[in-house]
Order: sequence, then C-alpha cells, then structure tokens
Amino acid sequence: MSPESLAPLLLILPLAGFALTALIGRRLGKNAHWIPVLGILAVWVIAMTLVFNVLTGVAPLLAGSEETHGYAIVLFNWIPAGDFVVDVGILIDPLTAALLIVVTTIGLLVHVYSIGYMSHDPGYWRFFAYLNLFMFSMLLLVLSDSWLVTFVAWELVGLSSYLLIGFWYRKRSAMLAAKKAFIVNRVGDVGFALGIMAIFINTGAAGEATLNIRESIEVLLHQGDANPVPLFAVALLIFAGAMGKSAQFPLHVWLPDAMEGPTPVSALIHAATMVNAGVYLVARANPLFASAPDAMIIVAAIGIFTAILAASIAMTQTDIKRVLAYSTLSQLGYMFAALGVGAFTAAIFHLMTHGFFKGLLFLGSGSVIHAVHDEQDMRKMGGLSKKIPITYVTMLIGSIAIAGIPPLAGFFSKDEILGEAFKFGFYWVWGIGLFVALLTAFYMFRLMGMTFWGTFRGPREVWDKIHESPLVMTVPLILLAIPSVLLGMALGLPLGDSTLKHWLESTFHEAEEILALPHEPYALLGIDGGLILASVTVAGLGLMLAWRLFGVEIGGIRLGARPERVRELSARVPFLYRASLNKWWFDELNDLLFIRIGGRIADALFWFDRNVIDGTVNGVGRVTVEAGRGLRHVQTGRVQNYALGIALGLIAMAGSYLFLAGR
Amino acid sequence: MSDNLDAYLILSGLLFAIGSFGFLARRNAISMLMSIELMLNAVNLSIVAFGAFIPDLGAQGAVIALMVMAVAAGEVTVGLAIVIAIYRNKRTPLVDEYDAMRR
Repeated sequence: MSPESLAPLLLILPLAGFALTALIGRRLGKNAHWIPVLGILAVWVIAMTLVFNVLTGVAPLLAGSEETHGYAIVLFNWIPAGDFVVDVGILIDPLTAALLIVVTTIGLLVHVYSIGYMSHDPGYWRFFAYLNLFMFSMLLLVLSDSWLVTFVAWELVGLSSYLLIGFWYRKRSAMLAAKKAFIVNRVGDVGFALGIMAIFINTGAAGEATLNIRESIEVLLHQGDANPVPLFAVALLIFAGAMGKSAQFPLHVWLPDAMEGPTPVSALIHAATMVNAGVYLVARANPLFASAPDAMIIVAAIGIFTAILAASIAMTQTDIKRVLAYSTLSQLGYMFAALGVGAFTAAIFHLMTHGFFKGLLFLGSGSVIHAVHDEQDMRKMGGLSKKIPITYVTMLIGSIAIAGIPPLAGFFSKDEILGEAFKFGFYWVWGIGLFVALLTAFYMFRLMGMTFWGTFRGPREVWDKIHESPLVMTVPLILLAIPSVLLGMALGLPLGDSTLKHWLESTFHEAEEILALPHEPYALLGIDGGLILASVTVAGLGLMLAWRLFGVEIGGIRLGARPERVRELSARVPFLYRASLNKWWFDELNDLLFIRIGGRIADALFWFDRNVIDGTVNGVGRVTVEAGRGLRHVQTGRVQNYALGIALGLIAMAGSYLFLAGR
Repeated sequence: MSDNLDAYLILSGLLFAIGSFGFLARRNAISMLMSIELMLNAVNLSIVAFGAFIPDLGAQGAVIALMVMAVAAGEVTVGLAIVIAIYRNKRTPLVDEYDAMRR
C-alpha cells in the first residue's frame, strides 16, 4: 500500500472519532477516551510517515514544480460548474509537513494529558468528541489545497474553539468568552471571505477561474497590475483573516479570555495549533505577499506592535494562564513580524518551536492548577517546586526555551527572526523585537518565581494536599520538554544554513526571489555573532531582573522575592503599571466603541427601521384599506345612482370633447 | 316639415333630456324602460334628420336608424323580461328595492 493512499485517513480518523464518541460516548463513560486517543495515535503515525517521505524527498515531485516533493491527492469533485471546478484535495508539501509535525504531535500529547486532566469532569466524553472535531478541522485546514476548503476548515476550527472555550457552559464567564472569541473571529473572517472572492474575481478576469491555492497565486502573479482587485488589497484581506485567527492587534482581545476553557484546550488550540493558522495562511500565500511590499510592511508593523503590546500586559497579570496567553500573543506577533520582513522560514521555525514549548507551558500550568485545587491566581501560589518536581522541571525548561537562552529551542528561532529583520534592513522591527525579548524573559521568570519559588502563600490545608499529577499528565510534559530542548538544535543547525531552511527552500523560493533579499554568507564572528550576542544579553538581562524581583532557587542560585521593591518600582511609573494591569483598556475601548456607541447607532437604525421602513410598508397598506373603506360608499346598489354616474360621465366626456375641439 | 335642421335637433335634444330625466328620477322599472325608449328615439330622430339634410350621407342615416330600432326592440325585450322576472321574486316594480347584488 502506497503511503499516499493513507493520507485521507488523516481526515477520516478524527472525523470518525468525533462521530462515534458523540454518538456512543455517553455510554462509554470513563472509557470514552479510547476511540479518540487511539484514532489520533494512528493519525500521528500516518502523518509522521508522510512527513518523513516528503521531507526526505522520497515522495514524488509535485506537478508543476521541479524541486518540491510532496503528495497531491484529489479526494473528490466538490463543486463542478462547467470550466470552474472546486476539488476537495490534500496537498502535503514541506510547509504542510512542518505544520503536521506540530499539529499531530501536540494533538496526540494533549489527548493523552486530557485523560488525566478531565478525569473528574462529567462531560468527559463530550470533551474528547470536541477534541477530535478540532483535530479534524485543523488537519483539514493544513492539508487543504483550495481556498474554499481552507475557509470551511477555518470556520470549523473556529466552531470547535467556540465549543471548547465554552466547554463549561454553566459558567457564565466561559460562555461569554466563547461568544467573544467567536464574534471577534468573525470580524477577521469577513476579510478572509472577501479576499477569497477577490482571488476568484482576479482569476476569473484572467479567464482561468480557480480557487486552488497554488494555481490561483500563480495566475495572480502572472497578471500583476492587470488584476481587477490589486494584489495589495487581496493580501490585506487575507491578512485580516489571519489577524482574527492568530489574535493580532486589534483583534487580539479574544485570546486571553479564551483561557476560560479547560487547560488542555488552551495548550492545543490557543497556543500550539489553531492560533498558528494565520501564520500558516500568510506563509502559504507567500508569493502573493511578496508581490505586495506595502502589505508586508503592514504585516510586520502589526506583528511587532502586538508583540510589544502583549508582552507589556503579560508583565503584570496575576492569572497564570493569562500570562501565558499574552505571551502567546506576543510570540505570534514575532511570527507575523518575521513574515512581514520576509523571513518566512524563521516564522515557521518559531511557529514550530513555540508550538512545543508553549504547549508544554500550558500543560504545565494545567498541572499546577490541578495541584493547587483549581486556583489560577499566582499570588496564592509559591514554593511549588518542592511538591510537584516533574511539573516544575519541565516548566523551567519551557521558560528557558521561550526566554531565548541558548541552546534551547526558543533561542534559535527567535534569534533567526531578529537576525533576519536586522539583515533585511528592518531596524525598527529588530529594535522592538529585542526589547520584547527582554520582556519575555522577565515575565516568564516572574511566573516561575511567583509559582515555584519562595514560600506558599495560599491556605495551609491546600498546601498539605498538593501532590504531583498522575503519569498520564506528567509523561506528555516530559515528552514535550524534549523537543523544547532539542528542536532548535535539530532544525536550526548549522546556523545560517539550517535543516529547516533546506526543507522549506522550495516553498519560499519564489517569494524570496520576488523580494530580492540580500544573501550574505553567514558570519558567526561578524554581524550574525553580534546579533546573537545582543539577543542573548538582552534575554539574560530580563531573566536577571525577574530573579532580583521575584526570587529564584535553581541549584546554587538563590534569591528571595522582594515584593516591596516591586511595589516601589510599579509606583514609580503609575501610568504604565495601570495600563499594563488593565490590558491597555482594550476591553473598555471595545465596550465604548461597539457596545455603547455601536449600540446607540444600532438603536437609531432600529428606530429608523421601525418607523420609516416599517412605517412606509404599513402606511401603504393602511392607505389602501382606508381608501377602500371610503370608496365603499359609492357602491350603493341603486340603479339610479349608477345611471347618474353614467350620465355625468357622458356629459363630462362630451363636454371635454367639445371644449377641446372648440379650441 | 320644417326646412331647418336646428328645429329637429332641438326637438331631439328635448326628447333626450326628458328621457334621461325620467330614467334618473323615476323609481318604477317600467317607467325607466320607457324613458330609455324615449332617449333611443330622440337619438333616432336626430340621425334621420342628419340623413335627410346632409346629401352625402345618402341612405346611411335611414339604415342606422333602422339598426337602432332593431337593437332597441331587442334591448327592451330582454329588459322587460328581467324586470318581470325580478317582479315575480320581489313583488315590487321599484328599482331601489332591487339590492340583491349589493349583499
């Protein structure tokens, strides 16, 4: 059996898992996890086989390209309309392969973790059904080869995200957060839908209407300025969709609230996979963006702005999951900044490493929350390293990785983003990015300090009962810690000519040619070494700062937390502190703009609709009724009246004839 | 026989006016039919007068008058039949009691 024929199973297995669990899950009770977990395990095995084949060149060459290996499979004709046909097809090229590694691996580990985390929940089977639905949607999203199917998958991940954020639907805040995520995402999706329509118009104008991603981009580039909808607009519309799903400013408000969902969901959907969909989409459409340089600058600007905005908020949050959520926003901002400056490979690199270590951090935070009896406030934690050592060590690895300390994964990918931004001439992106790196190290070790070091600040009876999570939860943590350490070295070495670059070369080749990026040889002792030194120094600085303020207990390095100094420092910049604590008042701003002002406008429109539109319609009816009521009296039923009418009519007609003829 | 067309037309107009007044003012169905006949004949009179005084018309005036008489005969037959039929039901010749179509 050829590996190709297994590819449809990537979609069929999770979908079947969802259907089966949804139908009979309730009867399976505590065994409901078997079907979904085994299904995802099979998916993982198949995906790894295919990924291996694609990346090592065992897979055949794709049609229409000399160097890209991959699988292109048409599953069925979805919309045959004359010459225009939309197929549901699977495309596994190196870019999809990179995404498959992240999605299936973290998906599998989160499934396993959930067995432990959700074990006491009455909605156990429902949770696994939703998880499989999400896996199906996400795999469809990365495997699809046409815009339309991608859009369907785009909405499906939105739906499963909605279902999972609102999993505890009896909790009002969870319900509201789910709704918020769904609605904010819709705003971006409008842009995406319009972008797809624009692509359809453009390809149609060229006489080759198609919604196949690769073909349509080829047609669009070939047409250049002859496109009815300029490429700049198409790129921005697609980016609007990416902004919604990847929670970029100003559509970032939904992601922190999405933390109301169960923690495995936060790890899988809101850190490692779904939020990366926007990055994937822009990377997938890379030649299109490369042909619209202005759009690229907007992407870079929004990315880096989100990065610093979110990092500044993460510094003062006290909810452990919210710190991680803002950190995710910030790292996604990095990825978009990388895409914007043209460092596509670096963006995908960071996507992969971030997926692993942020997944790890979220699952770790879940383990912490589990240990301290559903407490998420870090002010009531502290000193947990002694009680839950496995969680502590794995989370420490994740924190070092995200802080960008070599040789862990985050260092390589973050350094590549910053380095390329500098080398491509985007000094402002580099400068802000460097500052964000400092903030990243700071807020991560603030989290570690408040959670794991020092003394416990919660109630005594909770402290006595704290115990390490069961194996089903700690094993995924350990398995995620391994790539958090090694993935950077595996993909990022040798520096400047990395493995990942070779993998993705053929995918981003065209865009890099259009952008005409400078290609200087890698100079470890020259500029590149300097850049590495700068980013490591800055990360070290942030880490040190956090240690001084919030304490540390690693081996021989021991410092106590100094809350009085924190208070003093935050009192010195009261505005910045309050802004950070209140998330720069974005929720209040949205409340003012859309609830108050928007509500007023809606009220005015409602009044207009009620009184003017409905008034016109009802008025026409009323006039007719009244006129009929009035005219009814003419029908007397008396012959003489009618005859009088006839006579008068005759006189009028004859009279007017005489009058007119006489003139 | 007068030599003047106006005299005939004035007589015809008078007859028509009497007929239409009778049709509008009388409530008795038979009287109304008679008024209709009066109007028809007034018109006939003017047609015949035109035929006699305008040589170009030739015999056409007389022919039209004959046609009108035939139609009038038919009309009055039908009209009278309807009136009798209604009278048998309603037991009254007064038309303002004939309001079955209004209900």
